[in-house]
Amino acid sequence: MPPAQVNEGLATLSDQLILVTVLLYLAAMIAYALELAFGRARTAVAPAKSRRLVAVGAGADSSAPAEPADEDAGPATTVPPAGWAIKSGAVAVAVSWLGWATNLGGILTRGIAVDRWPWGNMYEFVVALCFASVTVFLILLTRQPIRFLGAFVTVAAALGLGFAVLFLHVQAGPVMPALNSYWIAIHVTAAVIAGGLFLVSGVSAALYLVRNDGRLSVLPSKEQLDRIAHRAIVIAFPIWTFAVIAGALWADRAWGRYWGWDPKEVWSFITWIAYAAYLHARATAGWRGKAAMIVSLVAFGCLLFNLVGVNIFFSGLHSYADVPK
Amino acid sequence: MTKKNETTEATEPSDATGATEERETRPVGLGVVGWLRWGWRTLTSMRTALILLFLFALGSVPGSIYPQRSVDPGRVARYFQNSPTEAEWLDRFWMFDVFTSPWFAAIYLLLFLSLAGCVFPRVVVHFKELRKKPPAAPRNLRRLPQNAAFDGDLTVEEAAARLRRDRFRVVTGPDWVAAEKGYLRETGNLLFHVSLLALLFAVGAGALFGYRGNVLVVEGEGFSNTVAAYDRFIPGQQVSAESLEPFSFTVQDFQATYIASGEKRGQPLDYSATLSVQDTPTSGPRDVELKVNEPLDVNGTLTYLIGHGYAPTFKVVDGKGNTAFEGPVPCLAGDQMTYTSECVIKVPDAQPDQLGFLVRFLPSTVPNGKAWVSVFPGAANPTVQIFPFSGDLGLKSGQPQSVYQLDTKSLKPLGKMSAQPTPLNVGDTKELADGAGTIQFTGVKEWISLQMAYDPGRLPALIAAALAVIGLVLSLTVQRRRVWVRMKGRQVTVGGLTRTEGGGASFAEEFAEIVTKLRGATPSGPSEHPQPEDRSEDVSAPDREPVSPSTRSSEE
Repeated sequence: MPPAQVNEGLATLSDQLILVTVLLYLAAMIAYALELAFGRARTAVAPAKSRRLVAVGAGADSSAPAEPADEDAGPATTVPPAGWAIKSGAVAVAVSWLGWATNLGGILTRGIAVDRWPWGNMYEFVVALCFASVTVFLILLTRQPIRFLGAFVTVAAALGLGFAVLFLHVQAGPVMPALNSYWIAIHVTAAVIAGGLFLVSGVSAALYLVRNDGRLSVLPSKEQLDRIAHRAIVIAFPIWTFAVIAGALWADRAWGRYWGWDPKEVWSFITWIAYAAYLHARATAGWRGKAAMIVSLVAFGCLLFNLVGVNIFFSGLHSYADVPK
Repeated sequence: MTKKNETTEATEPSDATGATEERETRPVGLGVVGWLRWGWRTLTSMRTALILLFLFALGSVPGSIYPQRSVDPGRVARYFQNSPTEAEWLDRFWMFDVFTSPWFAAIYLLLFLSLAGCVFPRVVVHFKELRKKPPAAPRNLRRLPQNAAFDGDLTVEEAAARLRRDRFRVVTGPDWVAAEKGYLRETGNLLFHVSLLALLFAVGAGALFGYRGNVLVVEGEGFSNTVAAYDRFIPGQQVSAESLEPFSFTVQDFQATYIASGEKRGQPLDYSATLSVQDTPTSGPRDVELKVNEPLDVNGTLTYLIGHGYAPTFKVVDGKGNTAFEGPVPCLAGDQMTYTSECVIKVPDAQPDQLGFLVRFLPSTVPNGKAWVSVFPGAANPTVQIFPFSGDLGLKSGQPQSVYQLDTKSLKPLGKMSAQPTPLNVGDTKELADGAGTIQFTGVKEWISLQMAYDPGRLPALIAAALAVIGLVLSLTVQRRRVWVRMKGRQVTVGGLTRTEGGGASFAEEFAEIVTKLRGATPSGPSEHPQPEDRSEDVSAPDREPVSPSTRSSEE
């Protein structure tokens, strides 16, 4: 028997934590942007030495274990970036971890307040998705020098959360009986994780298209952007596949068929095909590079439409995701 | 994952473009066989597969925009009512049956044909490859993307043993060792694509040999699994009426619980039906609790709880004093939050005239000015508002009628019609005008709607999908890689190559470990630091993976 009682105090706390998270992500975004604008040596493709310096600059404080030998190699050739700007980058990382923590707190308190998995409606789902994308970014950041992505990921997360708070928010409460299943933990969690990874790859792909290799830029090389986008998709794609299959298994328990071309099913299928097309395109002569990146962005568009648009525009079995009218 | 170009990679690692096979020239005057061959080559090419994939995705889009007959036939009918011309044109292009349309079938059949035409030859190639030995060591290992050199007394046997321990496939020469591993990548890739084909067959088999059906059952009534018992029955082409699993059940009770207060007041919390099930006509009954996510399973035929509603019970006595109707009447809810429901009672046996009633059922009635409304979906204060008619119900005309609709045009209203007649409580009786008889509201039952599904393709589809995921993970994570060792006196050179595009970074780590292990095998022990410095100077050589020094250093 599902519980009908909602802990109002915790639910309110959760709402406040999410608001704090939006502010923290925005602050982090500004700090990342400052670092991006002033804290990095500008890079172009041709001189290998200056590019080497980027790796050093980015890895100097927290992320990449740059070797001491490298640090000696660079500085003579280029002007080192302003000290305060590099600090701004470190502040940005700290603030995003703080935002991550309040985001997590917001999700946990909501979950405890209603005593169920906290992704039972559109609002909770979008909050979880933003959390996942920031998590993916922060985890990647501990292994690779991708701090330049920070401004874009945090602004996407802040916008997503803001959208959720303004337009999707519903009061904490129990879910429809159909959602009351352990499958919500499996199916929706997988979709959220894959969504977070796809978002990071989408940001990289967008930057790839913006990046002009011939000119000086604060962004890393196209190759690097391509690799980040590809790697994120390579991890996300099997997870997404699993999410779709878990959805089919759940549908088999709840609706009497494992696949019935409900709008959500149609669009998760389209998204899957689009990412499969990206993986094929990237491995095909003539499609590699820009064309493949465009395919991945189209796929990301399908994903966003599937996660949010389908619930708003179409009526289907997933419409109990509780979008306020 | 990757089709043609990896085939070329598999045979010759130095060729990264993979475009050679795809530049098929159109045969001129080659006759039928030539054209067929050209057609087959084109169909199984990567480019065609990509285009078909896009078409596949694009083709599904209208299936989400327009209502589909297989999903919601009611909405399709409404579309036809609201804009008949447009609907007719859409229907000509199968827009209401996208996923069973010939053009959609054409796309996926071509795609799967293309897939099969590409995958099966590769299965053969891979099978041969699995039994091939790694190629001999190239002359200059220092020119490979990964390389290292050190001094030590490493023998060919020792190096081979070290590499074998790491599960490399090893071949040795007089002064060299060649090793390769990561065959699972292609195995996974092929497994994934073959599983997709299997999935298609499983889905197809399920559609041919399975069936679906819907039925509405009122509390206290029963159902036995025969074609005649269904309200709607959709069999696959190979399903015979005798093959239905012979189970039956009675619906003993249904309970719906709702949130009683707050902003979400009226939202359902839980549905639960108690069935008394007989798996076969001769077996004893067992009680089963049926819930939304917990279907009843009788030997693979599943029964799902998919809807519910109220069925008030009535007793109608006609003008001659005979009981003309007695029993429950299923009502359809117009509004889920209040469950204000509507239904129809048809009493063809009434004398002297047939009687028909429109009924509005209010589960939790409160007065609202001169009207009455329901404020909650639970049956806290159930009442009915009754609109009686008499006349010919038209049941003899042979035209099929909906049990939820009453055509009042040809009927005579009994008494003065009001939009808000005084509601009857349970037990109340309403006297009909013109001495037409009485109607009594005798009680409230609930009905549940059930879906039965038998799909023999379920399990095969699940297995195929699981295998596809396993294959996918293997093909995306495993790398095909080769390592060579050459000994010249005390000088040992090691070279490595990953045959997977984009896999340079993680292989660099693995290669460093391998070198360390090989050095460990030499009695002289570790001498000086061979690795990263070496590599960054030597990047100009390889043609496989154009990794620049900056990305290298950032990846380590």
